[in-house]
Amino acid sequence: MSGESTSTRGAATPARGADGAPRGGKRRLPSGPDSLLGILAKIILLGIVDAVAAYALFQLAVGEEWLVFAISLVVTVGINWIYLRKDGLPAKYLAPGVLFLLVFQVFVMFFSTYIAFTNYGDGHNSTKEDAISSIQLSALERVPDSPQYAATVVEDGDELLLLVTDPSGAVGLGGAEQPLEPVQSAQLDATGKAIGLDGYTTLQFGDILGRQGEVSSLVVPLTDNLDDGTLQTQDGSTAYVFKPRLTYDESADTFTHVGTGVVYSDSGEGTFRADDGSELGTGWKIHVGFENFAKAFGDDNLRGPLLQVVVWTFAFAFLSVITTFGLGLFLAIAFNRADLKGKRFYRILMILPYAFPAFLSGLVWSGLMNAEFGFINNAILGGANLPWLTDPILSKVSVLLVNLWLGYPYMFLVCTGALQSLPAEAEEAARMDGASAWMIFRAIKLPLLLVSLAPLLISSFAFNFNNFNVIYMLTGGGPRFSDTTFDIGHTDILITMVYKVAFGTGAGRDYGLASALAIIIFIVVGVISAISFRKTKALEEIN
Amino acid sequence: MRAQNNPQSGATTLAAIPQPRMSFGRWFREKGWRHAVAIAATLFSIFPLLYVLSAALNPTGTMAGSTTLFTNIGLQNFVDLFSNEQRPFGKWFVNTLVIGVVTSAATVFLGALAAYAFSRMRFAGRRFSLLALLLLQMFPQLLAVVAIFLLLNYIGDIIPAVGLGSSLGLIMVYLGGALGVNTYLMYGFFNTVPKSLDESARIDGASHAQVFFRIIMPLVTPILAVVGLLAFIGISSEFVIASVVLTDPDSQTLAVGLYSYVAQQRSENWGVFAAGAVLAAVPVMALFLFLQKYITSGLTAGSVKG
Repeated sequence: MSGESTSTRGAATPARGADGAPRGGKRRLPSGPDSLLGILAKIILLGIVDAVAAYALFQLAVGEEWLVFAISLVVTVGINWIYLRKDGLPAKYLAPGVLFLLVFQVFVMFFSTYIAFTNYGDGHNSTKEDAISSIQLSALERVPDSPQYAATVVEDGDELLLLVTDPSGAVGLGGAEQPLEPVQSAQLDATGKAIGLDGYTTLQFGDILGRQGEVSSLVVPLTDNLDDGTLQTQDGSTAYVFKPRLTYDESADTFTHVGTGVVYSDSGEGTFRADDGSELGTGWKIHVGFENFAKAFGDDNLRGPLLQVVVWTFAFAFLSVITTFGLGLFLAIAFNRADLKGKRFYRILMILPYAFPAFLSGLVWSGLMNAEFGFINNAILGGANLPWLTDPILSKVSVLLVNLWLGYPYMFLVCTGALQSLPAEAEEAARMDGASAWMIFRAIKLPLLLVSLAPLLISSFAFNFNNFNVIYMLTGGGPRFSDTTFDIGHTDILITMVYKVAFGTGAGRDYGLASALAIIIFIVVGVISAISFRKTKALEEIN
Repeated sequence: MRAQNNPQSGATTLAAIPQPRMSFGRWFREKGWRHAVAIAATLFSIFPLLYVLSAALNPTGTMAGSTTLFTNIGLQNFVDLFSNEQRPFGKWFVNTLVIGVVTSAATVFLGALAAYAFSRMRFAGRRFSLLALLLLQMFPQLLAVVAIFLLLNYIGDIIPAVGLGSSLGLIMVYLGGALGVNTYLMYGFFNTVPKSLDESARIDGASHAQVFFRIIMPLVTPILAVVGLLAFIGISSEFVIASVVLTDPDSQTLAVGLYSYVAQQRSENWGVFAAGAVLAAVPVMALFLFLQKYITSGLTAGSVKG
């Protein structure tokens, strides 16, 4: 189909010249002048892009993110250059899509690789400085004989602040971001307690109840140095002085527990650790090299389950393709007859699962297959109690069955199309030679079908390899393995495992490990694609 | 096209010779089994859908009450669905529509721009770019979900409007996949539009943009519709990235929100969930069936390219 147009284009190309230098003659096909509307649209769109970019650049400069600032600046200048110059027409058409592609597909792939070599995750999500101040904040403890401050919670915009009156009657104001400072003109009540300040809204009793969490987590430093103590209030009316149990010694880079004297020092693994092996809760992000990969393949807690997951992922993808293709092809053959009454009707009903949103299918089937209340056990099997989703083997069967339900209509449609395009002559000839219907199918139709359907079967395999929705919505990966603390189970495939390691509720979020697993999938998918490329010669279609 | 030359296989041609009367055995061997298979397959296909519809209409609302289909009929589940303030179904619906429509429209536009460039222009790196697109689409975006999460978290600190929790951020992430397979589909279709059309327009003084918007786009509307529809269906089912990006119930999509209904206790909220599922599925299915001719011909065209 495209061969014809290709050849004409091939002939036109050299005549036009690579750099678009004017040559005259009709082959050059110069662009006509842009219409007024076009120029206007260009100015407006470019203006919007530049305005957003300027805002982002400003914010980056304020945050002193100089590397990202430089990259953003280069990109912004590049966009303007592409659209303001006369030449480079292809870039004008490609730039918008490519920009999103580069940021949200290419960059995130590299970023994943970077994360895989860090210990990013719960308790390790920021820099060491952040971790130190976070430890100081979380280690606060009420000073036993602390003086009692009368407190009033006031609000400035969205930010809560404490207006406190110390035992001597002096009034101060402070918030999470600003240490306590004396104020003069506060409104006092009869007992001498400050209850309001110009420019601030005083929270009433009801407000405080409604924002209990915010109020009780408000920590107001007494001075710039957290070690001097902070003020905190539980009820919004009295505040006490808190001091950190752990003091940070900047020169030695250690935390010392005030009570016990235990010293926590940098363990080299992104945490502060004491000699007895105990660690402080908050750590920071460091590079860990291949540790995450080593963990995936070496940690007893993970190695066994991961292997099972890998095997099941391949089995699931392979069996899904086989079953859906088998059923789809069988139905396509059964339906491949012009004089079958009601064909249209059957067809529409049969492709309904394909039209049903995929995320709902798993959830609906999880209801159907519920052991206790499910329709299958109670209505179809007359009160049986088959553990469809909770038995290690039966759950795998269930997953495959549901995926068959979801996937066979697609295969049916595709096989129908392919069957109808098979040359009739070969079959007629075979029939004349006395071949049976089965022989014709085995020796003629199937090989011909496989030639044209192979690319689709391979892409179906790749799709099922990462078929998150079915697994996650149907079984959630369960039933869980009993030999690991990770939230991984018998029906988990690699991609659901990645998701659960990164965002699940099991052993805490571990972005580093999840990214390492994602990279393993990257590699597997890459190998599969490379093989399929060679097999299907997809590249030859690019002209 | 070839299919029209031989509408049916040879088996049909031979069997279609008029026969005065068939015995039942003969009829069953020729056609009857096909009907049996068809009925079995149809039942397999539709019974889960009937079940969810029945559960949606069953006012008892729990999974245990739904052992027979369509015995109790009532709209209580739908009322409950729209009156739950913690789970704003109406907002999810609107969010899904907005995110789906904006993303698929932008996907179609960005894809068409790229397909136009690839189809009509010859430039250095063209072959490489096409190849790179083919390779990149092999790597699903959801594999990089951690990186996407952290990236949006970072962007949100600079421009809160596109950070975590915002639909705009999610749309931008989805647009990362706007090229890829879509460009390929459209590129193939663009190639079928005769180049002489835009050449003569150019000679008449049209700019490249005018050629693109006034000549090409109207001629390729069918493929634009199919790509847009497939993108919309895909995005409205997307769970992984949406669940990570959209944290606040008010901003969530149907996929994320409806999952939350049954994530903890599957049997309790069953009726309300089923009602939500019906409402979420019906528009998509209707659209699909309405356009199924184009979709299936697109699929089969893809399959018999060789």
